[in-house]
Amino acid sequence: MRRQARKAFDESRIPNDLCPIATELTVLRTGDWRAERPVVDRDKCVKCATCWTYCPTQCIVEKETWFEAGLEICKGCGICAQECPHHAITMIEEVEE
Amino acid sequence: MYEIRFHGRGGQGAVLASKILAKALVEEGKFVKAIPSFGFERRGAPVEAYLRFDDKTIRQNTNIYHPHCVICLDPTLPRSVNIFQDMQRGGVWVQATKKGFDQLKMPEALTRIGLCDAFGIALRIFGRPITNSIMLGAFAKTTGLVSLGSLCKGMESADFRDAALDKNVLAVEQGYESTKVFDGAGKEVL
Amino acid sequence: MSKTLVCDGNEAAAWGVALARPDMVAVYPITPQSSLAEYISQFVADGIIKADLMDVEGEHSVLSVLQGACLAGARTFTATCGQGLAFMFEPYYRTPPLRLPIVMSIVTRDGITPQSVWGGQQDAMTVREAGWIHMYCENAQEVLDTVVMAYKIAEHRDVMIPVNVNHDGNYLSYGVEKLELPDQEEVDAFLGRKDTNWHAALDPERPMAVDPLTGGAGGAGPALFVRYRKGLCKGMQNALKVIPEVHEEWAKRFGRSYAPLVEEYRLEDADYAVVTIGGMTGAGKDAVDLAREAGQRVGLIKVKTFRPFPLEALRKSLSKVRAVGVVDRSVSFGWNSGPVYQELLSALYGLSQRIPAISFIGGLAGADITIEHFSRVIETTAKAFKGEVAEGPIWLNE
Repeated sequence: MRRQARKAFDESRIPNDLCPIATELTVLRTGDWRAERPVVDRDKCVKCATCWTYCPTQCIVEKETWFEAGLEICKGCGICAQECPHHAITMIEEVEE
Repeated sequence: MYEIRFHGRGGQGAVLASKILAKALVEEGKFVKAIPSFGFERRGAPVEAYLRFDDKTIRQNTNIYHPHCVICLDPTLPRSVNIFQDMQRGGVWVQATKKGFDQLKMPEALTRIGLCDAFGIALRIFGRPITNSIMLGAFAKTTGLVSLGSLCKGMESADFRDAALDKNVLAVEQGYESTKVFDGAGKEVL
Repeated sequence: MSKTLVCDGNEAAAWGVALARPDMVAVYPITPQSSLAEYISQFVADGIIKADLMDVEGEHSVLSVLQGACLAGARTFTATCGQGLAFMFEPYYRTPPLRLPIVMSIVTRDGITPQSVWGGQQDAMTVREAGWIHMYCENAQEVLDTVVMAYKIAEHRDVMIPVNVNHDGNYLSYGVEKLELPDQEEVDAFLGRKDTNWHAALDPERPMAVDPLTGGAGGAGPALFVRYRKGLCKGMQNALKVIPEVHEEWAKRFGRSYAPLVEEYRLEDADYAVVTIGGMTGAGKDAVDLAREAGQRVGLIKVKTFRPFPLEALRKSLSKVRAVGVVDRSVSFGWNSGPVYQELLSALYGLSQRIPAISFIGGLAGADITIEHFSRVIETTAKAFKGEVAEGPIWLNE
């Protein structure tokens, strides 16, 4: 959902105790839920996009010569590591601050 | 009445831990009330569970707002959740972590801190970061409020999803053994 | 021999069902009842419940199937809440006029909009006029005991009305406590032989049409319809006697007594009282104890049986105080108050003296009603006793 360049309607004209509606998008930082994080071996990655296809949160991003998980969203499910045909991804314990 | 708040992530067994501890305390003749807090019901999302125990019947069916003791099953959770929220002064903190006492931020007024590398132990025993049984052992060592024997009895009737009872017994024992206990000033006491 | 259990309200209900030895169960999961459905299924798989488990596609079929089973002579059980209860409503409001002694747990949940899956009491309160008996439990032990007692009440030949045993979603459904599992043999003796279809049956030996077309404007229709309506009302009034009898026998056999209709807590010398229903009661009693320590003459009235409405019992309790604060966990939209409050006003009507009553609404959509909330309720009610009557409804969780 993109922010509107020009607001489609003025929601302040609707009393806030009628039907529950929402007009503001809040991004849930599911990255905070992570207990393990995926690490990509850039030499092994061939940009086949298998991890991108399988990622349940669609958080994989394309870089120049590799793909990697967007850590704001990545929940550490490990599916990318499981599916990568070149075994380029390993799951490591999430770093304690 | 003693109030404990568990913090964990969905799938780590925080709610089951509170249930096992409840059973263990009943073994020791206590009265208990344990209630989980439900938010997003999915793996990885922060969850809380509340456990009260006393020598007489507990009537209230409410959440816990001023715990005496906070048990956190996940080393990374304290950076996104304020696990010390509204804790009683002079409380107890039991934390799953690799870090030493001096590397951790904590409220000033704590009187007892138990630290256990539960993740490491869990990966060795279960192959997965499921820390609940281990942290129950850590709680027992840190506070002395429940015995290992009672915890094992409590686990006998638990419905473990991910591993058999014997692994969980091993986990609780290793959690107990490996936990380092400090007083509020950082002096190692156990 | 009784056994000690440490479990939550949902598991306690499942154990109650097991003790009652049903012949057929059917359940469909819905939060926060889901684990109850899972325990029932697990108990059937493990042979703890030796019943046929009917696997159906939704709550509408759940209750339809059990109606048929009951008419065939089976003792039955199901559980639901929230949108599941809504989906079940078609067979739900047929069950009492058919006089089928089905027992059902409602793991009470708030209305779904604004979107919520958490505890409240809106679902059970919304259906209170359908003709089922409604009993609300304070803790998991009461859930277990009341589920068993429900069968004796429902199947009593002077009652023959289906019973809802209600317990609060989240706080009681998943709240774990220590409780005692009664002895199976003692329960068998308590319940006696099951008696579900002596009055209407799907039985080739007793061929009959069950619920043929009745009513209509002409001929015998209207009077016939009224006859059956009066019959159901009579059953409800009989229940006001049977429910206490069953509770008394339970106390004698199992050593645990509950006030069957309305409980009075520290009411003897009270000037004012708070009224509670369901799981909130524990915190209410704790708050009353705190207030008493501080010298306030306050008591608590807990409503256990809401249908049939315990008119005489409630009037008797209310006549002992001079102000009352009613805490509801649901909303009566038409009355701008809680439903227990709204119906309590009817009870007050019969008293010789008018007393101020204030409606408090709390614990909606999974919100907590704490000892602090009750202290606020007690303060406000104390002021009403002294003549300063706040206007309700007062929303506790704003």
